[in-house]
Amino acid sequence: MISSKKARIFLHVFLSVLGLIWIYPFIWMVLSSLKTNREFLTSGIQPLPEDPQWENYLRAWDSANFSDYFLNTVIFTVSVVFIVIVLCALTGYALGRVQFPGQKTIMFIVVAIMFIPKGYTVIPLFQIISDLGLSNSLFGVIVAESSGAHVLFILMFASFFARIPNEIEEAAEMDGAGFLRTFFNVMLPLSAPIIATTAIMQFIWTWSSFLLPLVLTASKPELRTLAVGMQNFVGTYTADYVGMTAGATISLLPVMLVFIFMQRYFMEGVAGAVKS
Amino acid sequence: MIRKTEDVVTASRPKKLSKRKRQRYIWAYVFLFPQIIMFFVFSLYPIIMSYVYSFYDWSGIGPLDDFVGFANYWQLLTSDRFWASLLNSFYYVAGTTVLSVGFALILAIILNDQRMKGKGFYRTIYFLPVVTTTAIVGIIMSSIFGINGLANAIITGLHLSERPIPFLSDATLAMGILIVVGAWKGLGINMVYWLAGLQSIPNELYESAQLDGAGFWRTLRHITLPLLKPIFAVIMLLSIVGGINAFDLVKTLTNGGPYYQTETLDLFIYNYAFSSDTTGGDTRMGYASAAGVLLGMITFVISLAFGGASFQAELRKFRENRKKGRKKA
Repeated sequence: MISSKKARIFLHVFLSVLGLIWIYPFIWMVLSSLKTNREFLTSGIQPLPEDPQWENYLRAWDSANFSDYFLNTVIFTVSVVFIVIVLCALTGYALGRVQFPGQKTIMFIVVAIMFIPKGYTVIPLFQIISDLGLSNSLFGVIVAESSGAHVLFILMFASFFARIPNEIEEAAEMDGAGFLRTFFNVMLPLSAPIIATTAIMQFIWTWSSFLLPLVLTASKPELRTLAVGMQNFVGTYTADYVGMTAGATISLLPVMLVFIFMQRYFMEGVAGAVKS
Repeated sequence: MIRKTEDVVTASRPKKLSKRKRQRYIWAYVFLFPQIIMFFVFSLYPIIMSYVYSFYDWSGIGPLDDFVGFANYWQLLTSDRFWASLLNSFYYVAGTTVLSVGFALILAIILNDQRMKGKGFYRTIYFLPVVTTTAIVGIIMSSIFGINGLANAIITGLHLSERPIPFLSDATLAMGILIVVGAWKGLGINMVYWLAGLQSIPNELYESAQLDGAGFWRTLRHITLPLLKPIFAVIMLLSIVGGINAFDLVKTLTNGGPYYQTETLDLFIYNYAFSSDTTGGDTRMGYASAAGVLLGMITFVISLAFGGASFQAELRKFRENRKKGRKKA
């Protein structure tokens, strides 16, 4: 659409300068994490640290409990991703593959959930988790976070399974496989691309989740995830700016790396969600 | 006629078919069971309970026994802090939507050009803030815009101002920073949505426009923008609903300060429900639930308005197509 060469060069300059400004907060974060606290306050716009202070990371990891938060976040994220994949694959298979009575009603409910705002239900959710005796356990946070309808993933699985030719299922049944075996040995392996997309997207969302972990671990600081644990530096370690940026780098790096390596699947998944 | 014979065929061997079918039905229900349980316990029940709680004066601990009717709602509607938080949410939603949706469209048009080199690289860069943890971004940004932060170092370094600017302790400036950071964070996702919309426009349209001698701007006005209308409604809806629920950023960047002047509705609810220090005493879950119900209603009306608008458009298209089809027949 844009043809003239001058316009293109201009666009590249514009996009690069803007791009640098765009990700400068992250660059600043990493470079600050290698300064001393004095340098941080006095260096002004000088971005590079004089002498890299790797012990900032050690301090964040050990004394600010980021090793615990990291482990909690990994357990939390992996469990939620696993539960969500299982729930969505099962639901998607039933909806996409079987014509059963009541299917339309369930499909309608699935879509309608999209329009029910659920952000404000955190108060009753908090109460249920306590009533079930799950408060102050990582399991409670995992269960609460895995709930919700995952409309997008269910629809992705349903439309994928619906597209698989009947012959494949019939062949499996001819070989004596029942409903369950057909699902686990034939259909589920075929859906690997959908599983991968779900895993990447849910990983990124869960890693960054804040409200539920914050509310549900309020009285058990040792169960905090990275996102919640960062508050430590704001409260008790007010003067330790560089420790704070080191902690932030530890928290953001995994999710950034996952995104950069998997960005095609992630962006296409997000785009596909809106297109349909 | 054909259907009738089919009916006869299925009727002649109903038992064998129905056994296999029945088994499949049972399995389908078994497969749906976990999701349905999760839905009832963690979605439907909480939604109902937030209405129930809203009619009680309740701290969150002990039995629900102090029924107060609509008193919580009445108190909310006469509370300045509630209206201020509603207004703050409105500012935040309007600001981030205008900034990030419009600007994202410009970027998407540039980055949708087939001959543009390094498209993937630029897209990744502009999308990166979307995937990062909002709560941590909020803390980093509060440090950047603090008195000793990077923003002030640049401003005093370039002698734009001799004294550092109190970005986060002035109410208007703090709201502005909140909006700018929110727009920065949300732009990438809007850009990807726009790109999805742009890619659904058939290439032939552009080719025929080129044959007709239409330049960049005319193509944009007469082909691209009109065809993006349906996705525009979706992007607006997502941006508005996302803005209403922007808890993480507000909590970590300004925490509603200075003096609750950037407190949004979500933070208002959190503060009353979970944090006793800002309310000067007990938590008030009943009161917060009432605010939650109002927030839910606002979100629902907006969703319905936008969802309804795009549904109406679809319906109109369907009717027109049917009319055309009839004429042809």
